[in-house]
Amino acid sequence: MFIRQQVVAITIAVIIFVTIIELVRKRKLREEYSWLWLVTGAGLFVFAVWSGLLKTVTQFIGASVSTSTIFFFGIIFLIVLNLYFSIVISAFARQIKNLSQELALLKNKTRK
Amino acid sequence: MLMEKALVIIPAYNEARNIARVIGEIRKHNGSIDILTVNDGSSDATPEIAAACGSAVVSLPFNLGYGVALQTGYKYALREGYDYVVQMDADGQHDPQYIGKFLEEIAKKEADVLIGSRFLSEKCYKISWARAMGMGLFSGISSFIIKQRVTDSTSGYQCIDKDVLGFFVNDIYPCDYPDADVIIMLHLAGFRIQEIPVVMLANNENKTMHSGIRPLYYVFKMFLSIFVTLLRKRPSGYRRSACS
Repeated sequence: MFIRQQVVAITIAVIIFVTIIELVRKRKLREEYSWLWLVTGAGLFVFAVWSGLLKTVTQFIGASVSTSTIFFFGIIFLIVLNLYFSIVISAFARQIKNLSQELALLKNKTRK
Repeated sequence: MLMEKALVIIPAYNEARNIARVIGEIRKHNGSIDILTVNDGSSDATPEIAAACGSAVVSLPFNLGYGVALQTGYKYALREGYDYVVQMDADGQHDPQYIGKFLEEIAKKEADVLIGSRFLSEKCYKISWARAMGMGLFSGISSFIIKQRVTDSTSGYQCIDKDVLGFFVNDIYPCDYPDADVIIMLHLAGFRIQEIPVVMLANNENKTMHSGIRPLYYVFKMFLSIFVTLLRKRPSGYRRSACS
């Protein structure tokens, strides 16, 4: 990995990390939804600093160039993130349903 | 005469044109039976008309779908101590003269769930070939799994007892198109299911849950739901009358 690529990757990793921590600090992002982003930032940082690891992983997954490995893991990350949010949304949908039903039943009871 | 309390649940979404007629017909055939209209976030005068016709009304804050409206009715029935519930559509498709028959049959305690089947009745019910295929497919799958003939797994005209109510108020109830998967779920939970013949009228406003691309989603959802229902652990302990 060229030095310039390493610097760019480290910079992006640091920006992700700082942004997430700042969002959590300002309570704009809940801790429970921040971990996946922090793990990604940390992963990017490790790959950027330890270029030998990226080469090893590239060989392991059968990719020809390191950039393919980065794209591969980027796509995996997006899939995992979407799945995670689908699970969260499903839980929210169930909670909203139950809350709406309770609200409707309570309104009926108070009107009696 | 029935000593137990019975409730008719009508999930309704923008049914201002039909709801008064439906409630009126229920009253005509069943006297002073309790009626609950679950207003599923209607933007028209459905809840006002239903209340004026003497029905209790529970209004959901926004449109959440047929299954959620039905489950809201089940929760209401359970809390108010009803023994039996008859559920029917608000569009006038279900003939209220069968409510008495439903209550008579369920009071015999030979079944926990009664499904009103339009295909057991002598009167012909006309449907498109695509819908007939879908209905036949899922009725066939249900029949095969529960080892009992089911002719109308998509019928929303049903009667259930208190134990089933207790089962349906849980989060295991599939609010998204509750159909054949519910029949299988009930069977796995140990409930006894029976069909009785009813006459259903064609939906004259053509307002159905199964229009547009929804049939495709319905088929997908039903296959997935049946598959995962069979993979899950059998629900147990809901049919209390079986223990007594």
